[in-house]
Amino acid sequence: MRLIPMMLLLKLVAGLLLALSAAMVSSPALAAIEPVEFATPEQERRYRSLIAEMRCPKCQNENLAESNAPIANDLRLMIAELIRDGQSDREIRAFLQERYGDFILYNPPLRADTLLLWLGPFALLLIGVIVVWRIIRGQPQAPQATTAVDEARVRELLGDSDTQTDRDAGSDRQGA
Amino acid sequence: MSRLKLFLPLGLFLILVGLLYAGFSLDDPARLPSTMIDRDFPSFEMSQLEDPDTMVTEAIFGGRTVLVNVWATWCPTCKAEHAELQRIQEETGLPIIGINYKDDADEARAWLARYGSPYEFNIYDPQGRLGIELGVYGAPETFVVDAQGRIQFKWVGDVNRRVWNNEFLPVLQALEDQAAL
Repeated sequence: MRLIPMMLLLKLVAGLLLALSAAMVSSPALAAIEPVEFATPEQERRYRSLIAEMRCPKCQNENLAESNAPIANDLRLMIAELIRDGQSDREIRAFLQERYGDFILYNPPLRADTLLLWLGPFALLLIGVIVVWRIIRGQPQAPQATTAVDEARVRELLGDSDTQTDRDAGSDRQGA
Repeated sequence: MSRLKLFLPLGLFLILVGLLYAGFSLDDPARLPSTMIDRDFPSFEMSQLEDPDTMVTEAIFGGRTVLVNVWATWCPTCKAEHAELQRIQEETGLPIIGINYKDDADEARAWLARYGSPYEFNIYDPQGRLGIELGVYGAPETFVVDAQGRIQFKWVGDVNRRVWNNEFLPVLQALEDQAAL
């Protein structure tokens, strides 16, 4: 009697797993793209590459190819239309950038105000290299032997004679 | 010199705090800066929602400051801001031109008949083509178009009392001051 619910449960789990694996196989990039017809395979290749490199303005961290937002759908159709009209990739990028700003480009242009973005990582790398280089260079010198003078000074400081400390402090002040 | 080095971590920490402060006090990151500011309203030719036989072009702009509100019946936020738009229209007399964005014309007309229309008229944009020209990425969006037909301001999201007072009024005041000069 109790075996039947168990079997049902197993079947349910198996079904869920199957559905899950099916969902994983069809990648989101493919799921979102509606069928778009092109005259040449070259046009289709350009279309796929453009929608992959453009960012969806609505869903911040998806490209146009992956996004299910209505605006991504509209922009994909727009790009397809511009390709059919014979516009170059550069013109299509400019078209979208003019309307949606740099945000739509996942590949930001190199300009004065984006210099930090482009050169920042190299600057950080340089700082890292300098730090590592200094650590490596400084290492052999690290275990320094105490000199005779140091030892004398240590003994002097450890000595509990008050007069001596006062005199030292006085001489420090004179030296300064 | 070595004494100064001790302050290096503190300095770095303060720089980090500064960066984080600036980063977290930024506006909603979902709100994109518009590229349309200070540009002419894009040219278009589309039919009017209320009367599909009437064609509307960018020639409707000029000579007066208007609000352009992008809305749709499928957009709950548009419904939320509808009453505020009506208040604005009644209290300020500012003309509001609607862009009915990617909507069903019959539903949109029924919606206006039911809730009342703050719009002088609506441009019907079923494909969202005018929306793309304007850099619209969701409804509602509201533009201020000046007397020269230039876009002066854009607000993404609902226009409520606070947004109206804090964001729109200064822009409109500046336009008025400019016109008075």
